[in-house]
Amino acid sequence: MKIKVLFFAKLREVFETNQLVITFTESDNKVSDVLTALRHKEGVWAEELNENKSFRIAVNQEMVAEDVVVNDGDEVALFPPVTGG
Amino acid sequence: MSVRVQTEDFDVSQEMLVLRQKNPKVGAVASFVGVVRDLNDGDEVSALTLEHYPGMTERSLEEIVSEAKSRWNIYDALIIHRVGTLLPLDQIVLVLVTSAHRGESFKACEFLMDYLKTRAPFWKKEQTSSGERWVDARTTDSVAAMRWETTDDE
Repeated sequence: MKIKVLFFAKLREVFETNQLVITFTESDNKVSDVLTALRHKEGVWAEELNENKSFRIAVNQEMVAEDVVVNDGDEVALFPPVTGG
Repeated sequence: MSVRVQTEDFDVSQEMLVLRQKNPKVGAVASFVGVVRDLNDGDEVSALTLEHYPGMTERSLEEIVSEAKSRWNIYDALIIHRVGTLLPLDQIVLVLVTSAHRGESFKACEFLMDYLKTRAPFWKKEQTSSGERWVDARTTDSVAAMRWETTDDE
């Protein structure tokens, strides 16, 4: 299954991309599996998505926790804590 | 439409007129305008760039407005948030709330801003004398939003 992952603000700049697609060979994946796949890219990916870093996760445009299940075609977004207003 | 994300400026009195004209029962209009300052964390700020997550931004703002309508006896609410590059003195955000009496409007207006600050996907980047930097989220904003989760608001 394919999951589209979007990046915003500082993460978009550090990763030098605003989106990528992750393909899982088996089903039953969670947001935490998406994070694990990205951390395997090492370098800035492992650094910025480290557990001690503060970032937010949205699935299909709703903020969620890492244990949420992702399905084929879902849009996952990773971004820093928001600073609007 | 109760939510707008735009690069253009807004006219507070015009927006207020439109929001309340629909309803002669309106006895109170509360408003909040956020403005760009020329100083943040001790550094001079010459410009601000606001990035957002198109789609999720509008959706989250609409959810926040619905939440305010379910909590307080208000008639209507409007949120306008600007994106793109803004300069000191520029308006960033407008929140308007109408109700029969002031109490409900005041509370809902403050709630809308507190929730917007912690839930709507906007990010500020500052241009300062020492270069560009992303603005860090403030703990005080999280604390401000949290009080609406613990009180009864009645």
